[in-house]
Amino acid sequence: MINSLFLINPSGEIFLEKHWKSVVSRSVCDYFLEAKEKALEPEDVPPVIHTPHHYLISIYRDKLFFLSVIQTEVPPLFVIEFLHRVAEMIQDYFGECSETVVKDHMVMVYELLEEMLDNGFPLATESNVLKEMIRPPTILRSVVNTLTGTSNVGDTLLTGQLSTIPWRRAGVRYTNNEAYFDVVEEIDAILDQSGTTVFAEIQGVVEACVKLSGMPDLTLSFMNPRLLDDVSFHPCVRYKLWESERVLSFIPPDGNFTLMTYHVNAQNLVAIPVYVKQSISFFECGSDGRLDVTVGPKQTMGKTVEGVMVTVHLPKTILSINLTATQGSYTYDNGTKLLVWDIGKLNPQKLPNLRGSLSLQAGAPKPEENPSLNIDLKIQQLAISGLKVNRLDMFGEKYKPFKGVKYITKAGKFQVRT
Amino acid sequence: MSTNNLSYSDQGGTDSAVEVGQETTPTSSNAGAGFGLFSVDFKKNEDLKEMLESNKESLKLEAMKRVVGLIAKGKNASELFPAVVKNVASKNIELKKLVYVYLVRYAEEQQDLALLSISTFQRALKDPNQLIRASALRVLSSIRVPIIVPIMMLAIKEAASDMSPYVRKTSAHAIQKLYSLDQDQKELLIEVIEKLLKDKSTLVAGSVVMAFEEVCPDRIDLIHKNYRKLCNLLVDVEEWGQVVIISMLTRYARTQFTSPWKEDGVFDEHNERAFYESDEEKTRDETEAKPYMMDPDHRLLLRNTKPLLQSRNTAVVMSVAQLYWHLAPKNEVSIVTKSLVRLLRSHREVQYIVLQNIATMSIQRKGMFEPYMKSFYVRSTDATHIKSLKLEILTSLANEANISTILREFQTYVKSQDKQFAAGTIQAIGRCATNISEVTDTCLNGLVLLLSNRDETVVAESVVVIRKLLQIQPTQHSDIIKHMAKLFDNITVPMARASILWLMGEYCERVPKIAPDVLRKMAKSFTSEEDIVKLQTVNLAAKLYLTNSKQTKLLTQYILNLGKYDQNYDIRDRTRFIRQLIVPNDKNGALSKYAHRILLAPKPAPVLESAYKDRDRYQLGTLSHTINTKASGYLELSDWPAVAPDQSVRNVEVIEPVKEWAPSLGKTVKSKPAKSSDDKFYSDSGEEEEKGSGSSSSEDGSSSSSSEVQSILSGRLHILQNERVCPESGSDAESHVQKNSSQTSEESDKSSSQSEKSSSESDSEKKERKTKTPLQKKTVLGLEPICTACLSFLFLLNLSIEVLPVLSKLCPLSLAFPLQLSGPAFVPEKSHDLLHRMTGKGLSAQYQFPRQPCLYQPTMVSVQISLTNTTDHPLEQIHIGDRSPTGLNIHCFNTIECLEPEASVTVFMGIDFNDSTQAANFQLCTKEDHFSVSIQPAIGELLLPITMTELDFRKEQGKLLGMNESSATITMAAENMTSQPISRPVATVANLGMVPSSQDNVHRFAGKTANSGAVVLVTVELRGESTALITINTEKSVMGSMLLRDLKLALAQA
Repeated sequence: MINSLFLINPSGEIFLEKHWKSVVSRSVCDYFLEAKEKALEPEDVPPVIHTPHHYLISIYRDKLFFLSVIQTEVPPLFVIEFLHRVAEMIQDYFGECSETVVKDHMVMVYELLEEMLDNGFPLATESNVLKEMIRPPTILRSVVNTLTGTSNVGDTLLTGQLSTIPWRRAGVRYTNNEAYFDVVEEIDAILDQSGTTVFAEIQGVVEACVKLSGMPDLTLSFMNPRLLDDVSFHPCVRYKLWESERVLSFIPPDGNFTLMTYHVNAQNLVAIPVYVKQSISFFECGSDGRLDVTVGPKQTMGKTVEGVMVTVHLPKTILSINLTATQGSYTYDNGTKLLVWDIGKLNPQKLPNLRGSLSLQAGAPKPEENPSLNIDLKIQQLAISGLKVNRLDMFGEKYKPFKGVKYITKAGKFQVRT
Repeated sequence: MSTNNLSYSDQGGTDSAVEVGQETTPTSSNAGAGFGLFSVDFKKNEDLKEMLESNKESLKLEAMKRVVGLIAKGKNASELFPAVVKNVASKNIELKKLVYVYLVRYAEEQQDLALLSISTFQRALKDPNQLIRASALRVLSSIRVPIIVPIMMLAIKEAASDMSPYVRKTSAHAIQKLYSLDQDQKELLIEVIEKLLKDKSTLVAGSVVMAFEEVCPDRIDLIHKNYRKLCNLLVDVEEWGQVVIISMLTRYARTQFTSPWKEDGVFDEHNERAFYESDEEKTRDETEAKPYMMDPDHRLLLRNTKPLLQSRNTAVVMSVAQLYWHLAPKNEVSIVTKSLVRLLRSHREVQYIVLQNIATMSIQRKGMFEPYMKSFYVRSTDATHIKSLKLEILTSLANEANISTILREFQTYVKSQDKQFAAGTIQAIGRCATNISEVTDTCLNGLVLLLSNRDETVVAESVVVIRKLLQIQPTQHSDIIKHMAKLFDNITVPMARASILWLMGEYCERVPKIAPDVLRKMAKSFTSEEDIVKLQTVNLAAKLYLTNSKQTKLLTQYILNLGKYDQNYDIRDRTRFIRQLIVPNDKNGALSKYAHRILLAPKPAPVLESAYKDRDRYQLGTLSHTINTKASGYLELSDWPAVAPDQSVRNVEVIEPVKEWAPSLGKTVKSKPAKSSDDKFYSDSGEEEEKGSGSSSSEDGSSSSSSEVQSILSGRLHILQNERVCPESGSDAESHVQKNSSQTSEESDKSSSQSEKSSSESDSEKKERKTKTPLQKKTVLGLEPICTACLSFLFLLNLSIEVLPVLSKLCPLSLAFPLQLSGPAFVPEKSHDLLHRMTGKGLSAQYQFPRQPCLYQPTMVSVQISLTNTTDHPLEQIHIGDRSPTGLNIHCFNTIECLEPEASVTVFMGIDFNDSTQAANFQLCTKEDHFSVSIQPAIGELLLPITMTELDFRKEQGKLLGMNESSATITMAAENMTSQPISRPVATVANLGMVPSSQDNVHRFAGKTANSGAVVLVTVELRGESTALITINTEKSVMGSMLLRDLKLALAQA
């Protein structure tokens, strides 16, 4: 299956390689680097490249390329999914996934990769199992390690891999037993110039942070499960019960995990929390243009919209901009032509506005298309679909856990065409 | 250092194949000089070596970390191999792990040195801890050194029957590694795969199917019996395994079931469900001649994969989707749509693959994705390849109803800053225009507007698309051609220019005034044009010459002259050809007559179609589908068979392989259905009898010649009948057996009497049965009839799906041994007193060693105990009480509720002697009394015979020299010097298997200890007249010497 893995930074340097079968020369990456050169953006590099002897499947994530080398037929998604798991694993262990982090923990990453695959076939990809084998670094532990010379490799033999519920390790103990659930909803929308919704949908995810002792068996139910149209679950969720009773019944993994993701019924109209009034225009004759953007709250269910941010990829021909914002601040990178306007909280009384002039390079033609605006926002204590958790019950353990549910609405791929 | 250098240069060839980083340390060390430019690195590695050879753990660890760091960076650290390999047996787990990592990386290059580490792994393979066994196997099998293939093979075989599913999983992985190392092992490996496929553990399932796919994907026959089990286990298998199993089952189903697509009749789900509720339903269904009836197994697969659409793993969702696409009736495929659309919210790369698959699907089945059309709308932030795929899908989805929405969307895309994408959109518009005739004009007008676009790519693409559209309906569009001619001067993209020229030429009769003018312009700029434009100019000239020679004769000749001296030979050729064709002269008048017809032939309009049109020849979700070429190792999805192959191959599991242990199996299995349908039980027995007697008659001949083994087995069977020992069945099944005791015993009695061909005597009265007991023991019963009867009964009930878990649970145990172990060469009849009837107050007990692998646990030795009641009152509740040493692991026989006077019963127990001759002490209890008894095994009884070739034997022996070897010379009588009399006493003393020997005077025997599985090798070499040398090689040296003593005694006697 997966033969080798190379980690490559955006400038094309291979800084880590791992082989699960015979060693594949790193020259195979040349095909990839060639494709990378051709692509304008790193995102545009084709995920699957066909070379004379190998197939290269890569992902681009957190400014790193994860490139795997395949020799025989294998479902490409299998590899892609795995590569993302690797990235998530690094993120999970070291707090972020970046070149520096990997370079700092080279040996540990290598050991983790060794454990994750056997002969190219995934062996242990559950974070709980991996953490039992190789403990993640903490400041305290690294101090202790240097003093005592002990290591991060688990000295107890792991059991997680052997049990029927591989996602949970045995013998979990907490003094405070807590279970937190975050219902996070994202609005994906495309609005056209006039502000009409071309396309909008809500997708949600229930993130859990469960710190419970022993083997708790949890049941989570919703007030209005009928809202949920399409769901996918963490392997711990008993699908049969969901089918029959629309409750989530599961023995949770220890720590943070994604319990479920869902998609809200398409029939329900999506409330768009903000409106955007914009005009970007370029004058036909002169090398000048104007930009005027106003953002205001629309359907917010009485909550405050926070963290509003507008991102615009301005046309390549823009030379400089001169704007003023009535609220928040904007940054502009002339290299990437990226304009970011960080508004913050929306005040319904005084709508934030950004306006000013754009100047084009001399002689450059007027851009054909106006750049689209990408909106970012956040609303606390609201699930925009109206989904509500009804109750959480625990069986199998005697103590009384502390339970909490939080709702957040965010903008997903929220785009305004101009 | 010198050895190091040597070994390095030995391996130089291999090494150079490996990409070496910039800092080529080995070169410097190889040169033996640390003086050059690389001295710094040389020194660095030198101190690594020192650190590795130091005594301090922490230094070693530090060094190993740096070494692994080097490996991770892709730098060569192979010259440290000797220093590293020494640490392979380190106690420190982290250090050990790092050494393993290193070994796996470099063993291939340093084969000789790598062999040094093998023994460590071999030892670890026998570790009591399953994780250590597993990791040893994992590393051992990852060392790609051909010499150790036999060792790997042995280890895999052993691990495949390991108690721990985790170890078995590892062995499945090792199969693939060994196969890639040595393809000649295929046959042996298939055997192991066959065994592992029967494993019921969810841990193993995915890995073994992976091995199957890699080693023998064509052996579909291995799947039959495991098909239902795999379907049922699927939900609980880990996610990666699910992907592999689903794709294998897709292929399997395509060979085994008939197409559900033939009839468009709606499939009756309800009917199907009814089948699972009742058995009678099925027979009725089958007799009804239905046009298409889905095989229940086919349905089972579809039903069991459906929940996996909800998996968080995108690969699993995709594989279920492709399964439905390839296997489900047409009306059910659409249930996967929603899940596939969900995947579009995942990472970009996932989107890419999923969109590709949707593109293929949407060509064939528009309706599936039409409701989700908006999910394919392009965002400006999408990557280019995602955009074009979305465009592709939107185009496929377009129909009369939604075309206006889609075109509006396309209008936005055309303005995109990403010109590549804009060009793609124009092509898409062209496709929509051809597919939906209502909008052709609208599209064409829109495209004409685009001709005045400022961007070249857009204009060029528009021209090309317009050209194609015009070709389809050229009549009414001369104004568009005129418009294009006007724009011609401003268009610089060669392809677009060429297209316009071609259009002019093709439709020159419609634009009689403009075409010559365009040619005039071209004549001026001919030399500075691109090749493709030149060619079209020549074409245009030729066509105009034919239609309008008056105006264009001179122009044409001028252009032909220019072309004659062009740099490009293609253009020169074309010019020459055209000239000969159109300008008539004496020599070649024949062809020029037809020039008009050749050049101005009506041409078929191009078909604008999707690039994904032909991708459906590949299985969806595969790499081959993605790259649109056959990837190596791609397995073709076969067409549906016209007639379904025999479905019964999947029906009755495990009939053949369970000969020995079938009675217990049949029993367990039987107890379950009996509970659910008692009536059924009896109503079916008629048919069953037929089967039973059928097979028994075939057994007749053999049953007359009795052998000891069989008598023991029949004894065992008898016990099982009487006591209803179902060790593997769950507690409920067991208790159930108790409940239904009368029924089951009656049943089994029936079948046993059938095999005696005395069914008329069959009687269910208890007393009769008891008197029959000794008879049964003597007259040997064929076991098959009973087991067949039990199973055929099961078959008739057709409850195999429900029963499957039980069956599959049983089979690994029952199958663990026959492959690996050989049967006992000889079973001594000698029985030992366990409890004398005087001390036992009338209960007497004797034990003997049946030399069978223990049914309960492989580490146990099975002991057969005969209990006889010599009193005149029934003894009740005979069971085993306290034991000592307390840690002693005994598998007790089930309590005997009642033993009638004069009756005797034989029971089996398993005792783990822990490879020592220490006696097992326990209490044999009746209702009233406790008797302390003890079983003292002879050393030879703690062994299990194994078969191996002479070569393997020698190899094993070679590893067990020195203190693992004990030998003695004895004197024996000359008449005993042939092989037969020697093997007999040896086999009497110890439970060993004969190893074929090429020499007459050397006899070899092999076995392994029951508990630890350590190999015990015995060699008897006859020397001269009456002396013989006995050699025993085993790592259990104490056992070796004890065995030697016993053998000396036995052979000296002989």
